[in-house]
Amino acid sequence: MRQGRLVRAAMLAGFAFLWLPILLLVAYAFSADRIPFQWGGFSLRWFHALAADERLVEAALLSLRIAAGAASLAVLLGGAAGWALARFGPFRGRAVFGALIGAPLVLPEVVTGLSLLLLFVALDILTGWPAGRGATTVLLAHATLGAAFVAVVVQARLAETDRSLEEAAMDLGATPFLAFRTVTLPLVAPALAAGWLLAFTLSLDDVVIASFVSGPAGTTLPMALFSMLRLGLTPEVNALGAVVVIGVGAMLAVAAILLRPRRG
Amino acid sequence: MTGPAREREGHRPSRTHPAKGRKAFGNRDGGRLLVLAPALGWLVLFVAAPAAILVAIAFADSDPGVPPFRLALSVAGFAVLAEDTYYLDALLTALRVAATTAALCLLLAYPMAMGIARAAPGRRVVLLALLMLPFWTGFLLRVGAWIGLLRDEGWINSLLQSAGLADAPIPLLYTEGAMLVGMVHAYLPFAVLPLFAAFLRLDPSLGEAAADLGARPATVFLTVTLPVTAPAAAAGFLLVFIPAAGEFVIPELMGPPEAQMVGRVLWQEFFQNRDWPVAAALAVALLALLLVPIRLFQRLEARP
Repeated sequence: MRQGRLVRAAMLAGFAFLWLPILLLVAYAFSADRIPFQWGGFSLRWFHALAADERLVEAALLSLRIAAGAASLAVLLGGAAGWALARFGPFRGRAVFGALIGAPLVLPEVVTGLSLLLLFVALDILTGWPAGRGATTVLLAHATLGAAFVAVVVQARLAETDRSLEEAAMDLGATPFLAFRTVTLPLVAPALAAGWLLAFTLSLDDVVIASFVSGPAGTTLPMALFSMLRLGLTPEVNALGAVVVIGVGAMLAVAAILLRPRRG
Repeated sequence: MTGPAREREGHRPSRTHPAKGRKAFGNRDGGRLLVLAPALGWLVLFVAAPAAILVAIAFADSDPGVPPFRLALSVAGFAVLAEDTYYLDALLTALRVAATTAALCLLLAYPMAMGIARAAPGRRVVLLALLMLPFWTGFLLRVGAWIGLLRDEGWINSLLQSAGLADAPIPLLYTEGAMLVGMVHAYLPFAVLPLFAAFLRLDPSLGEAAADLGARPATVFLTVTLPVTAPAAAAGFLLVFIPAAGEFVIPELMGPPEAQMVGRVLWQEFFQNRDWPVAAALAVALLALLLVPIRLFQRLEARP
């Protein structure tokens, strides 16, 4: 069919557009040349340079810590919010609650970042907490952003599972807590895991909100990367790209396995 | 996301919920409160309060002190926005660039969504992973890749020069074109996903019936496929348009210095000029402009 072939060609062009820059970034990470995207023979020197760059390594470790903390908080908050929205029926203030949890999904990053910074400044003046800005304020901001995404994933997962499973467990004599622990929690566990990974990645990827709410002591990896890219591309960024693409690929594979629909 | 129908339900008090034997954990009022209260407290502190403070500072007076504002009920910040066309231009440029980005994304997304939806289930999973993986590989790294491709000593320019197609490097980076390429690359998956879902739901017999009745493929697309997938296309457009309108990083790293989009201007007002009321007023103005697209998007999301 002529039309089918046309659609396929256009689809492949779209994928090429998406992937060509990424594949080149990864491939040239193995080039010895000092100029990025120039082939100077195979070499791992830029990976060594990357590992030796203390500023970047420190920023990466800080980012990983912030992302793990923010994702864990986001799962608790977003899990509770998603559960409330899916299972509590119509409760008073549900619309406001839903709007608040979903707000970070639709607000531009600069608005979220600016308003959170203003909050931290106001809190500092009024209560003396958080006493300056840094890793903690970034973590709190990222947890709020991540919770919005976790809530969507958890709510969707609960909406497609049958409430009567929990009721059946209780009809058979399980206490509400036992029913929650043995029926509800296993049902939403994949959604919680996927939500954690989503919140983790969002945190690792964010530069705008972090730049607003962080302080001199809290330079995250994206913030460091952003200031490097302002001056152009370096081969170290190429090497970092290769590390991240391969790492994220592995993580996504894990998420895909966790989210595989279960039968029976 | 809550739809209009759910919002109306929300006003009904919870006590009318029919008692059905023993209630699930969290369905008793005590358990519910235990789940809701911490989440609600968090949201009030970190979502509602910041928004209120943002609005308060948008109406504050600039002040050379620390922090650089004095609470007031002043429209001075908004007056600055209205008087200097620089700010209005920044808002309009942002809307224009966001709309162009979203339109280009849709153009690419249509055949991609159609192709992925029509693929065999096994291959479909692989294609979806290929669509989402770039989205997860670090937005700044992808911008970095484009810088490596587009700059004067970059991959494309050295390719052009070694092929004899150019004598000197063609300035590609720091142009509006480069900025658009970067934005389309960053946001494309957002446009593909809703369309993909629509194509998956689309009954192929609709198009077949039209074709059986003598419609040519182009006619089938224009009279059947396009109208049926239009709501998904609108959702995809808005899903790109809303974040793109506030975009800061790509205009800053790939755009021309003169392309002042609102995200960049807001950043400069805040960090360089330290004019918090004007920055907050800009944020409020951006939100006001995005209110209609955001509501529209939520309506589309709430559709069955």
